[in-house]
Amino acid sequence: MTITTAGYSLLPVLPELMLAVGAMVLLMIGAFNGPKVTGLVTTLAVCLLVVVGAAEIMLPAGKHVTFGGSFIVDDYARFLKVLAIIASAVTLILSREFLADQSRRIFEYAILVLLSTLGMMVLISAGDLIMLYLGLELMSLALYVVAASNRDNAKSTEAGLKYFVLGALSSGMLLYGASMIYGFTGTVSFAGIAAEAKTGNIGLVFGLVFLLAGLCFKVSAVPFHMWTPDVYEGAPTPVTAFFASAPKVAALAVFTRVTLTAFPGIVVQWQQVVVFVSLASMVLGSFAAIGQTNIKRLMAYSSIGHMGFALVGLAAGTQEGAQGVLVYIAIYVAMTLGTFAIILTMKRNGQPVETIKDFAGLSRTNPIIAFFFAMFLFSLAGVPPLAGFFGKFYVFMAAIKSGLFVLAVVGVLASVVGAFYYLSIVKLMYFDEPVGKLDPMRVELRTVLAVAGLFNVLFFVYPAPLVSAAAFAAKSLF
Amino acid sequence: MNGILHNYLPLVVFIGIASVIGLALLIAPFLVAYQQPDPEKLSAYECGFNAFDDARMKFDVRFYLVAILFIIFDLEVAFLFPWAVAFGKLGATGFWSMIVFLGVLTIGFAYEWKKGALEWD
Repeated sequence: MTITTAGYSLLPVLPELMLAVGAMVLLMIGAFNGPKVTGLVTTLAVCLLVVVGAAEIMLPAGKHVTFGGSFIVDDYARFLKVLAIIASAVTLILSREFLADQSRRIFEYAILVLLSTLGMMVLISAGDLIMLYLGLELMSLALYVVAASNRDNAKSTEAGLKYFVLGALSSGMLLYGASMIYGFTGTVSFAGIAAEAKTGNIGLVFGLVFLLAGLCFKVSAVPFHMWTPDVYEGAPTPVTAFFASAPKVAALAVFTRVTLTAFPGIVVQWQQVVVFVSLASMVLGSFAAIGQTNIKRLMAYSSIGHMGFALVGLAAGTQEGAQGVLVYIAIYVAMTLGTFAIILTMKRNGQPVETIKDFAGLSRTNPIIAFFFAMFLFSLAGVPPLAGFFGKFYVFMAAIKSGLFVLAVVGVLASVVGAFYYLSIVKLMYFDEPVGKLDPMRVELRTVLAVAGLFNVLFFVYPAPLVSAAAFAAKSLF
Repeated sequence: MNGILHNYLPLVVFIGIASVIGLALLIAPFLVAYQQPDPEKLSAYECGFNAFDDARMKFDVRFYLVAILFIIFDLEVAFLFPWAVAFGKLGATGFWSMIVFLGVLTIGFAYEWKKGALEWD
């Protein structure tokens, strides 16, 4: 099977093409039938994502490069694309209830999620700075709109606007950095930059720092995290679940790919930036979450902290470190989606409740949900033998092998501080008086919760598939 | 690497000259122009009659919508011109790339039409 145009093979971009065409077809279905087909469009969008994910897996093995090196499909890209697609599909499933509401039947929601996923796939496969920027913008522009999708709500609108303004600023910084890198190396392709960037030329390092600042914004790493709590709190909860999962995968993927494949000659220069960002994120994520009363804000700080932990693996700059990042992000996505399935069930008399106090006594009213939530919280805190522990284990091992002892020690201390606020919720659920019964849990939320929960609890029994897939994927970067 | 930087030298010279001329034209009137303001000279120019309202009034949001939709198709034409000029050299790839681009835009157009974005009320 060979499809080519002007000498470029289109086979590596086939999944992306399918997704783009599918999204446009769904847009037309929605436009010609109106809001009554919202449920249908969402279901079809989930099916489309499943097909695209299968197509991605079935692409011939090995490394494919097309469009003159701008687009790379290797094991690394495949691993992360499948992860991002799963996360997007699950968030669409989690959004069904939100979209079922009469006043919010917006079929565009599913299409925006699809387009954002398309941006993520381009971003993950980017082989030069231009493709990186295109993917990043396609992903972000769709995200700005979904953040404000509950547009009669002032908080949701505010979240969208805040995200847009700060996102535009970060895109500007990233572009400025990219233009400096181009100016000092004379090329935009990662391979070309790697060949040119052998010495820490001051202009090149300047560009690199700006580029990393733009990427830090997208992964919400300190000091570019300020938007995260407000946007997470203001956006509708299914959208928050989306923000916390798929875009993080894509942004972390491109972060890792840029630093490891475009700047292997100046590791010392970017390593100090990554070490600082990761230290600051872990510490801030742990301490700032303590005073939070809203569960979505708490999850925002938690995700800042988790991005810090994932970047520990990147700071190591080795193949082992990259593997650690991949294992970490996969486990993080599972934990986050499971946790959000629980947050979405937190409703009393049809009204969503979001404060942490509302979890009090959950073990007596809903013992199963309370058990899974406790497991997720233990896992987020990194308690063995749950999945979250293994994520942290691999990144810290990689950091210690690269001699980054301070980073590893501070990381472990930060996770101890983080354990305090996770465990205080467990205490609230198991030892405090119940505040009232929750509405019954919807079937799709139950399914997501069961799958994510069992993955989380039983990961230690058979971790080999994920770990070896991540090792395989990390190998293709070096 | 220095060769690339040298290529940018004309740009630096150009920026320098542009900022000198621009600043000179801004500052010179303050220093040399004859200034004797009176209320008639300072009032807003309104084609011969007095201004009746403040220009900063509330504006129907639909104007922005129309403006944004206009910009999309305006940019489309901006892409079409260079494409049309170089059409002979682009070959089949160039032709189909533009057809795909126009196809995507048409989908957007059908969407906005169906959503009623082109109707005023």
